[in-house]
Amino acid sequence: MLWLATFIPFFAREASSVAPNVDALFLFETAVTVFFSALIFILMIVFAVKYRRRSPDEVPVQIHGNIPMELTWIIIPAIIVAVMFVWGAKLYILLARPPRDAVHVYIVGKQWMWKIQHPEGAEEIDMLHIPVGEPIECILTSQDVIHDFSVPAFRVKKDALPDRYTTVWFTADKVGRYPFYCDQYCGTFHSHMRGFVEVMRRSSYETWLAGQSTSGVSMPAEGAKLYQSFGCIQCHGTGKGPSWVGLWDSKVHLANGQVVVADGAYIRNHILDPRDWHVEGYPNIMPTFQGQITEEQIFDLIAYIKSLATTPGPQGVAVPPPAKNGASTTP
Amino acid sequence: MGTGNSIALSKPGEEYRVHYLNAKYGIKSWLLTTDHKRIAWLYFISTSFFFVIGGLAATFMRLNLVSPQGALVQPATYNKLFTMHGTIMIFFFLAPAVPTVLGNFLIPMMIGARDVAFPKLNLLSWYIFITAGATFLWCAISGGVATGWTFYTPLSSTYTNTHVISAAMAVFISGFSSILTGLNFIVTIHKMRAPGMTWFRLPLFIWALYATSIIFILAMPVIAITMALLVVERIFHVGIFDPALGGDPVLFQHLFWFFGHPEVYILILPSLGVISELIAAFSRRRVFGYEFVAFSSFAIAFISFLVWGHHMFVSGQSIYAGIFFSAMTMAVAIPSAVKVFNWIATLYKGSVALDAPMLYALGFIGLFTIGGLTGLYLASTGLDIFLHDTYFVVAHFHYIMVGGAIMGYMGGLHYWWPKMTGKRYPEHWARVAALIIFIGFNLTFGPQFILGVEGMPRRYATYPPKFQFLNIMSSAGASILAVGYLLPAIYLLWSIKYGPAAGPNPWGAKGLEWTTASPPPVHNFDVIPIVTEEAYAYGHEPAVVGSAAS
Amino acid sequence: MANEQVTVAEEHRGLVKEQFDDSLQQYQASNLGMWLFLATEVLFFGGLLASLTIYRYQYFHAFAIGSHFLSVFWGGTNTAVLICSSLTMALAVRAAQLSKRKDLIVFLVFTLCLGILFLFIKFGEEWHHEYLEGLAPGVNFTYHGPHAPHVELFMFFYFALTGLHALHMIVGCGILITLIILAARNRFKEHFTPVEIAGLYWHFVDIVWIFLYPLLYLLGGRFGH
Repeated sequence: MLWLATFIPFFAREASSVAPNVDALFLFETAVTVFFSALIFILMIVFAVKYRRRSPDEVPVQIHGNIPMELTWIIIPAIIVAVMFVWGAKLYILLARPPRDAVHVYIVGKQWMWKIQHPEGAEEIDMLHIPVGEPIECILTSQDVIHDFSVPAFRVKKDALPDRYTTVWFTADKVGRYPFYCDQYCGTFHSHMRGFVEVMRRSSYETWLAGQSTSGVSMPAEGAKLYQSFGCIQCHGTGKGPSWVGLWDSKVHLANGQVVVADGAYIRNHILDPRDWHVEGYPNIMPTFQGQITEEQIFDLIAYIKSLATTPGPQGVAVPPPAKNGASTTP
Repeated sequence: MGTGNSIALSKPGEEYRVHYLNAKYGIKSWLLTTDHKRIAWLYFISTSFFFVIGGLAATFMRLNLVSPQGALVQPATYNKLFTMHGTIMIFFFLAPAVPTVLGNFLIPMMIGARDVAFPKLNLLSWYIFITAGATFLWCAISGGVATGWTFYTPLSSTYTNTHVISAAMAVFISGFSSILTGLNFIVTIHKMRAPGMTWFRLPLFIWALYATSIIFILAMPVIAITMALLVVERIFHVGIFDPALGGDPVLFQHLFWFFGHPEVYILILPSLGVISELIAAFSRRRVFGYEFVAFSSFAIAFISFLVWGHHMFVSGQSIYAGIFFSAMTMAVAIPSAVKVFNWIATLYKGSVALDAPMLYALGFIGLFTIGGLTGLYLASTGLDIFLHDTYFVVAHFHYIMVGGAIMGYMGGLHYWWPKMTGKRYPEHWARVAALIIFIGFNLTFGPQFILGVEGMPRRYATYPPKFQFLNIMSSAGASILAVGYLLPAIYLLWSIKYGPAAGPNPWGAKGLEWTTASPPPVHNFDVIPIVTEEAYAYGHEPAVVGSAAS
Repeated sequence: MANEQVTVAEEHRGLVKEQFDDSLQQYQASNLGMWLFLATEVLFFGGLLASLTIYRYQYFHAFAIGSHFLSVFWGGTNTAVLICSSLTMALAVRAAQLSKRKDLIVFLVFTLCLGILFLFIKFGEEWHHEYLEGLAPGVNFTYHGPHAPHVELFMFFYFALTGLHALHMIVGCGILITLIILAARNRFKEHFTPVEIAGLYWHFVDIVWIFLYPLLYLLGGRFGH
């Protein structure tokens, strides 16, 4: 649907794999809108002229109604909106399910800027560099109020909520620079909270990555450092607390009987409210890191734990012994 | 009932007659009145005042948006302006305008009653409304509030340092005014109908207001409690909605929109009712498919309580919820389409007179169609992700709210003006004004659809320069629109004093309100009418036996 | 209905307001008005109850802890008090319908006393106790055990719901006092509409409590997730 950009000059550029699908639905609904609006306007004008009042005491014939006609204009709109609904829902599901091989980019919204972390360790503010043709999944959160990460050229957006992770994914398919905006009103400088996505060829992307001062340390490596500096290692590396190896995506039995999946949200919750998420079989001694750890650092730890799911002991960090030793029998 | 001193005020040559306007004089006779017609005037004056304030806020916004950096004010001020514009227009103008001005004036007269069921409660509603309005003005004067009319948490509960508490209290209080009005209307329509006025003889305006009143009593308490929770959270720092304190900000959105979307239909349903009246009167036809039009109001009111989640397609709610709300929202299109097509069918082979109210009605149908169809873009989940929170949304709901609700209100005001004042307004000026409003409206909000598709987000005080051209276009259109609104303000006021006498039925329309004098006597009818035929019985003998049309 | 005979009497005594045709119309309108008001009230409490339900699901364990802080005994006593007051209110309405002035006043006074007893237990015994225990969110909250923020959330809902309910009780007591004074002046002779709609209101406030008691005191954590 490349022609759309030329056909409707004002249309935001299409630069992602899903954009043509979204625009196709847009065009369909525009066609419906134009058709019915024109129909209504024309009928109105024709009737108003043709049946204009010719004398002050004119009394027209009275028609009460017509059931077949009523049914017609109930059923036809019903069919049209049903098409729109199914089409829209299919797109919605497509947009809600990121491809499994998507690269994760971590984005924190805060009044009034976007902080972006690449898994390779590069960090940027109000700019997002991505390689063309590769699916990218953005993990969004906010440090304060609700924001919304919107890239019109990719036809996607998602709210970034405090205390919660949301995701949005896209595959940029054209090299170029595309604006992104905060679309959820977030306070005084809401309108300043915008930046650009720089879509680059793989090679230029690599060059860019290499040129970043923070690129030396990847997010998992950064997380591994935090693992030591925050003292996580003292328990999670000694068996006093559960090991992180193989933790990612596994089922965790909590002391209160709940079973939860160890995803990003769980890890974040556990770091901030450890006592609410006390794991069965371990002493309830973990202190909260609320106020001591930033959202970015939590992302690093998540990336680290994720990296432990498959390859034990990256970056030469001492890996905690895998299994819990069963010694602790705390409530 | 006439008092000696009022005789002197009637012009020589005109026969003196006592009616609701001259039965009593003095400010007290207005502020303590329980006459629904006088209360309608109280509302007319107060809502018009708020319309001017809200309009001024919009004027400053449009002026500011002429330049990408903001031509006039700082972003902080701009944010207060759009919050004030939204809150005032929704809670203090659009929601009360048609029900409390036209509804109050007309419901008892259309159903053949002396007054509403609870006249004192009716006056109390106005005082509550005024209290709420004063609270909001106090909020504005003391520094204003910058949360948007949606008061999203945790911005409103924790982060903003603007005056959220007084604003939320204003909304809280205004809810009770609407609740009492809705309650009064429902009881009135149920219990106060004249002999022979069966449900299916009611004018469609009554059906629409009945549906609106149901939404009033069921949706308003929810916003009241939500605002109360917000205030408590802000004062006591209890974590109801702020995640930092243990709350859930999305719950606030659920509660807000559970009220918020029905509220949107509160704004448009009464105008849909007005349009049915106008189309019938100016084509001299019974509204085509009367029952379908009547029930479509109820269908809209009912579905309105099941669509709130469509405001949250991108908030991270479950996709199944999103899909459910999408389906429900799509369903609203059907009763809306039923109304539009039935109106068009009413014109067919009618006797169409293009007086000013009819121009507003036809403008309404066109703009409501566009506004409704663009709503479908936003109901389509996948497409909404693209358009959500952009100017496309702004354009869409202004087509419904301004192109729809206000057009309907203006049309109704012109149509019933002779009944309310006993005077005719200058018809030519009115037609010119209707035309200017139509053109100005489209120039203002048409470009905003394009801005939205280009990606410009809502509530932006500053914007990238590439959006400037369309913003200037929109601002230019707004100035035309402003002229369009200024004209009626002048000639309607002029007509109160200088307009020619209207007579009981200047349009040759059907309906009980046209069988009594203009302005009507204190108790509306000299003799309570007995209804023997259906609404809009054009082409038959007069519908009413025993009413004295002076 | 037994109202037709009353009608004439009311009209004679100028008790029918001018907008109504007759007393029956006035009676029906007042009744319908009160029912609609109660519908509004359901939604008013409904916003809070819906939030409570959602949070109870989200923070089940915290809400269980919070619920254990409440006194099932005093809550249960208050439930009994309110149910009795509903009975005396119903008897008062019946007395009004039968124009038994003495009975009417007696039952209204009984109802009022039970209402005040309820408020006394609620504020004097329960709230006072919970405040001293450091369970009042935003004012005096000293609980620091597990799930503290969400226990506070539960306690907030407890205070908000019972507070809103108590507010309705206070309004109800005011109405009862007015009715007692008017009954003493013999204003309800063959004219019971005000007593009946006040009764509707009173029963509604009771029913709200019948929902609150199990939701807050009993269901907290004693039954499964």
